Amino acid sequence: MYPENLKYTKDHEWVKIEGDKVKIGITYHAQDALGDVVFVELPEVDDEFEAGESFGTVESVKAVSDCYAPVSGKITAINEDILDSPELVNSSPYDDGWFIEMEVTDSSELDQLMNSEEYQKYLEEEE
Amino acid sequence: MTEKLIFEQGSEGRKGYSLPPCDVPERKLADLIPEEFLRENDPELPEVSEIETVRHFTKLSTFNHGVDTGFYPLGSCTMKYNPKITEELARLEGFARLHPYQPEDTVQGALELMYNLGEDLAKIAGMDKTTLQPAAGAHGEMTGMMIIRAYHQHRGDSKRTKVIVPDTAHGTNPATAAMVGFKAVKVDSNSEGEVNIEALKKLVDEETAALMLTNPNTLGLFEKNILEIADIVHEAGGLLYYDGANANAIMGYARPGDMGFDVIHFNLHKTFSTPHGGGGPGSGPVAVKEFLAPYLPKPVIEKSGEGNYYFNYDLPHSIGKVKSFYGNFGVMVKAYAYIKALGAEGLKEVSENAVLNANYLRAKLRDVYHIPYDRICKHEFIATSKYLKEYGVKTLDVAKRLLDYGYHPPTIYFPLIVEETMMIEPTETETKETLDEFVETLKTIAEESKNDPQLVKEAPHDTVVRRLDETTAARNPVIRWEKEK
Repeated sequence: MYPENLKYTKDHEWVKIEGDKVKIGITYHAQDALGDVVFVELPEVDDEFEAGESFGTVESVKAVSDCYAPVSGKITAINEDILDSPELVNSSPYDDGWFIEMEVTDSSELDQLMNSEEYQKYLEEEE
Repeated sequence: MTEKLIFEQGSEGRKGYSLPPCDVPERKLADLIPEEFLRENDPELPEVSEIETVRHFTKLSTFNHGVDTGFYPLGSCTMKYNPKITEELARLEGFARLHPYQPEDTVQGALELMYNLGEDLAKIAGMDKTTLQPAAGAHGEMTGMMIIRAYHQHRGDSKRTKVIVPDTAHGTNPATAAMVGFKAVKVDSNSEGEVNIEALKKLVDEETAALMLTNPNTLGLFEKNILEIADIVHEAGGLLYYDGANANAIMGYARPGDMGFDVIHFNLHKTFSTPHGGGGPGSGPVAVKEFLAPYLPKPVIEKSGEGNYYFNYDLPHSIGKVKSFYGNFGVMVKAYAYIKALGAEGLKEVSENAVLNANYLRAKLRDVYHIPYDRICKHEFIATSKYLKEYGVKTLDVAKRLLDYGYHPPTIYFPLIVEETMMIEPTETETKETLDEFVETLKTIAEESKNDPQLVKEAPHDTVVRRLDETTAARNPVIRWEKEK
């Protein structure tokens, strides 16, 4: 449920490092806690965000939540498929349900993120 | 559905009315109205008889749930009983048949009532001056934040663009801040469920316009550090806004004005026992400290030296009108009657019993439902379905099952900082018997979750409609009826 090759944030986003770019989405836990996702709002390509800044929102039948940029950088791509088919966020959170791709400004920020094991421990503590 | 839409009833050409024959020469519509404004097809109106119409709407009315039909513990909404006597008073001809364009000297009684209500609300809030114009809570919030914006602008302090809002806040708070042109900034709660003071200190600066706070907060907990919070915000030059949605917990015991708040809105349809929502309308008066009075919406009602009441439009710094005429007058009559009938002691008793009822439920439920902040609460508290998780039952399922037992479920999945939460507010008007029955029902549902989880997960079973597919409804909303081709 929490792939080893990804990094994780306390706000329940996952980060996949691909060279100087990262792909970002929300974790299995996040989509499960939200319930059926009905709407996703994403930024535009070339928008820039600081780490911790809200880059979009995800709305489920229960609530609307902000999504926070795990690292600082510039948007290089967004997943337009989830705009039309938000259910992908539930059915495939790590693949078809990805949110954005960013060019990382400061790669040292990546070191702050949790690995799979640390994230699972964090989830247990949150319980 | 056990009742078809009215469009699906009747038959072609059927009518529920008969008109006398036309005794003036008939003229073509096209001669009277320019062609581009004329519709091409007939409107698709229902074609039904009078009795079909009456039965349809009477039947629909029986599908409603209101506080007059059952318990309604909807957290942060204060669904208390509305005494029928206040309805009667609002219908007195002298009130009900007034016209807002009548000259002031013919409506002195109405103006006196509004003036006194404003004074009473200010007294209860610990404020100085009130406007009764806003038509709802969120409208009051917007009015209050416009007053705060006008205050900063008038001082030439244009860099105050941030409004701080706790992560437990009602969703309307950040929405209001954004609506008025501020940037909403979130301050986290601490492990006690109150505003994290250290986090707040880091957030406030010369850009802070205000802090919006509900006290007691949405966890039903009183913000004990409110005086320190107020100092922190005031020292940075910001103001404090009090969201009065939870005022039912403190009325007569604590005054937002004494806590350091500068602006407050009340929801007359919550705290002061006037009907909610569609049955309302609502009313969200805003009270302010003296230094903000010049920015209140105009007109304000004043009393002259001779004892006459009049509308004062001479307020050069006013934010202007926020509502046509003077607000929802009928609602004001009901709230005024409520306040006067109870008096100061009675209002205190309201808060006392609201708090007592909430704590009674909290204590009775703690063995079966997880109470994340299990200490003395105010008028509401939160419980979660954590203990039912192992059976695959979620809070949504519990809420749906409550419908089968004839209850309106509590607020669910709010506040956002607690998972699978339900927010229970019994209000002061419920008897011990009602509360006991509700506890038994929630215990029964917990038992069912253990022994027959499917029963709970597929609830409701005995309602007009079964569980609705909210996901499909949100993803592909069909919001307009269309005739089948």
